Amino acid sequence: MSASAEAHSPELQHHFDSMEQQRSASTLGMWAFVAQELMFFGGLFTAYLVYRYLYPIGFELGSAQLDIKLGGFNTAVLLASSFTMAMAVWAAQTGKKKVLLWMLIATLALGAVFLGVKYVEYSAKIEHHLVPGYNFESDSPYAGQIKMFMALYFAMTGMHALHMVVGFGLLLFYIYHAAKGRYTPEYSHPIELFGLYWHFVDIVWIFLFPLLYLLGRA
Amino acid sequence: MSTLITDSSRSNYLNAAYGIKSWLLTKDHKRIALLYLVAVSIFFSVGGLFAALIRLELLTPEGDMVQPDIYNRLFTMHGVIMIFFFLIPAIPAVLGNFILPLMVGAKDLAFPRINLASFYVYVVAGILGVWALINGGVDTGWTFYTPYSSMYSNTQVTLVAMAGFIAGFSSIMTAVNFIVTVHRMRAPGLTWFRMPLMVWALYATSIIIMLATPVLAITLVMLMLDHSLHIGIFDPAQGGDPVLFQHLFWFYSHPAVYIMILPAMGVISELVAAFSRKKVFGYTFVVYSSLSIAFLGFLVWGHHLFVSGQSVYAGAVFSILSMLVAIPSAVKVFNWTATLFQGSVSYQTPMLYALGFIGLFTIGGLTGVFLATMGLDTHVHDTYFVVAHFHYVMVGGTIMGYLGGLHYWWPKISGKLYPEFWAKISALLVFVGFNLTFFPQFIVGYLGMPRRYHAYPPEFQVFNVLSTAGASVLGLGYLLPIIYLTWSMRYGKKAPANPWGAVGLEWETASPPPTFNFDDDPVVEHEAYDYHHRPEEPRVA
Amino acid sequence: MSEHHIVTPKTYITIIAFLFALTAATVWVAFQHFGDPWNDVIAIGIALTKATLVVLFFMHVKWSERTTKLAVILAVLFLVVLLLITMSDFLTRGWLGVPGS
Repeated sequence: MSASAEAHSPELQHHFDSMEQQRSASTLGMWAFVAQELMFFGGLFTAYLVYRYLYPIGFELGSAQLDIKLGGFNTAVLLASSFTMAMAVWAAQTGKKKVLLWMLIATLALGAVFLGVKYVEYSAKIEHHLVPGYNFESDSPYAGQIKMFMALYFAMTGMHALHMVVGFGLLLFYIYHAAKGRYTPEYSHPIELFGLYWHFVDIVWIFLFPLLYLLGRA
Repeated sequence: MSTLITDSSRSNYLNAAYGIKSWLLTKDHKRIALLYLVAVSIFFSVGGLFAALIRLELLTPEGDMVQPDIYNRLFTMHGVIMIFFFLIPAIPAVLGNFILPLMVGAKDLAFPRINLASFYVYVVAGILGVWALINGGVDTGWTFYTPYSSMYSNTQVTLVAMAGFIAGFSSIMTAVNFIVTVHRMRAPGLTWFRMPLMVWALYATSIIIMLATPVLAITLVMLMLDHSLHIGIFDPAQGGDPVLFQHLFWFYSHPAVYIMILPAMGVISELVAAFSRKKVFGYTFVVYSSLSIAFLGFLVWGHHLFVSGQSVYAGAVFSILSMLVAIPSAVKVFNWTATLFQGSVSYQTPMLYALGFIGLFTIGGLTGVFLATMGLDTHVHDTYFVVAHFHYVMVGGTIMGYLGGLHYWWPKISGKLYPEFWAKISALLVFVGFNLTFFPQFIVGYLGMPRRYHAYPPEFQVFNVLSTAGASVLGLGYLLPIIYLTWSMRYGKKAPANPWGAVGLEWETASPPPTFNFDDDPVVEHEAYDYHHRPEEPRVA
Repeated sequence: MSEHHIVTPKTYITIIAFLFALTAATVWVAFQHFGDPWNDVIAIGIALTKATLVVLFFMHVKWSERTTKLAVILAVLFLVVLLLITMSDFLTRGWLGVPGS
């Protein structure tokens, strides 16, 4: 195997033959990880589907407790952050280091807005005694069903928010290295892989928004 | 390749670096495999200790040794430790970790750091499990059925569920590593259908782990929330559905059976070929049988729920789908048998384990068809018939495969030959002890003895005495390898590169291999197991 | 570098415009009366469309090699298996009357 010029990249790990092999290996690894993430959330979606089927009225009443404006706003924020993330990937691939840095910072900022709004929403739920296992109270004849909805609401959005927090931490790491100019068109795949994670988290929210906030409003 | 000289001054992965740090921080897949070997053996011993206590209690019909609540903890911890900390990691993380990169001609797994991380994640999970154990253990059965586990049990449900959750991530890391290694790191010339069947088996297993384990993880999260906050997601008193928990739990835990048995099947394919000196009969069929077991394994979980209040119609479908799994399993058994036919068969220890596997797995598999039949399962559900069935698959299958593979690759792993005489004795003890332990349980289960009770009617005693006697023999059979394999690391005869005269990339490098596995990048020019093209190589061992 | 396709900002801008439009559409649809299953069907349909756009363009699967596409399909397939087979129990439970109740 003749060593190509790029095989001498300082980022090449010893057990790979070329940067191309390293890139394609880590890309596949990331996709395998995303696949298992999908199944992870899949368990929650299954629970949601089953209980929505069993308790359609309670789920409508539960859904009415959520703030559609905040949910819709957050959906837009997260989509926008996916856009800036995609732009960051483009900047990394084309060697625009400044654009890369600012796009990552924009992604971080939008992520922070999302989590901030989530905090406002959670606080309102605590105030209205809608947190199962903590202070849930309801005098509705469907109290039990509403409680099940709220339990799933917190489990699903909580698990999603946890993924956001992890992504947040990783973003700080990438911003630090982007500021130092580590990512080049030859070594852009860490940004690409993180992009896959961030977009996946966005996709989960794309489903959570209609399932939790919208269904049963008509 | 047989001219390869192994002299002790050669640098290999064992003598490349010394000191505790060089082991604990290693990124070499071979050293990580050895770390796993030690950890897995410790958990196997702990799980075995619980099994011994269970058998001791069941020696007499009266519940005279332990209180019922202690007995509940014994069988739960036996199950949790054996499944999550031994059977699932055993073959992939120990043998697979060691042999997969060698078999595909790679320098290492694709992600060495993740490989090391997976070991420490496993250790953290193990420590949490042991911590829970010291603090009173858990009494729900390894299946954590709700609402008992979520609402009523006062034992360490949250801690043990957390341990299972964390252990899951360790196996996901290993699985992702294997998948990427198989896709991206194969040596030039090693096309998909030239890969050894062990690689195919590990690949199929990894896909199951990747797709099934996360569902268990999120289910355990919901269980932990339920147990610590009493939210009632699975509590019927609060509108939850306990059968939903069983669906989610078995969506992982049934495929987990194939996570445990598929790698063992891969080992058996290697052993049967090497000790018959023949290409595995119907290689392509064996490949597809692994893949179809992996796929079908996801469609059958409802056969655990026949008597749980699941819809009868769903049950009927699950019943039929479950029987379908028998087809690819039978393909494997028939093809191994056909491989033996007119082969030049030799009966060294690994082959003894392989033959034991074929017989015992067949019994375990066929009784599985009984249990897949909805009507019959209603009768024998939660009896010792079920216990005997899955021990035939798990112990008679997976552990036999694990021990067979461990002996087969031991010269490669340690660079030393194990003492064949003692190994044969121990293989014999394991086989006899195993059958004596578990065959009577088929009978006593069919007669109606339920599982998970510490006392039983006196008329069942004779079967239980046989079982306990068998367990002692089995225990001795397991103890011997620990002793002589450890002994051989220091005092064993030096192993040549290819002691079995087998084909396969792992035998073309030195024993033990150098740190980066091969001195020259290997190129593959033949199909797997092409014994008919090779000059007969001597079997040294 | 054959599989390494660089997607341009123009594509990204088009996609994000679609995503915003679909989000507005799904909120609007939620308050219209389309009859029983149809509101749900449309909401899920829009979500699936949005997710597909993100996967194909933001995550570059449109230009990815076969193995990546296979991984995506495999994951979605097994999620469907989990959802469908679990529901096969709940949907058919009422079919057989329970004696005495």
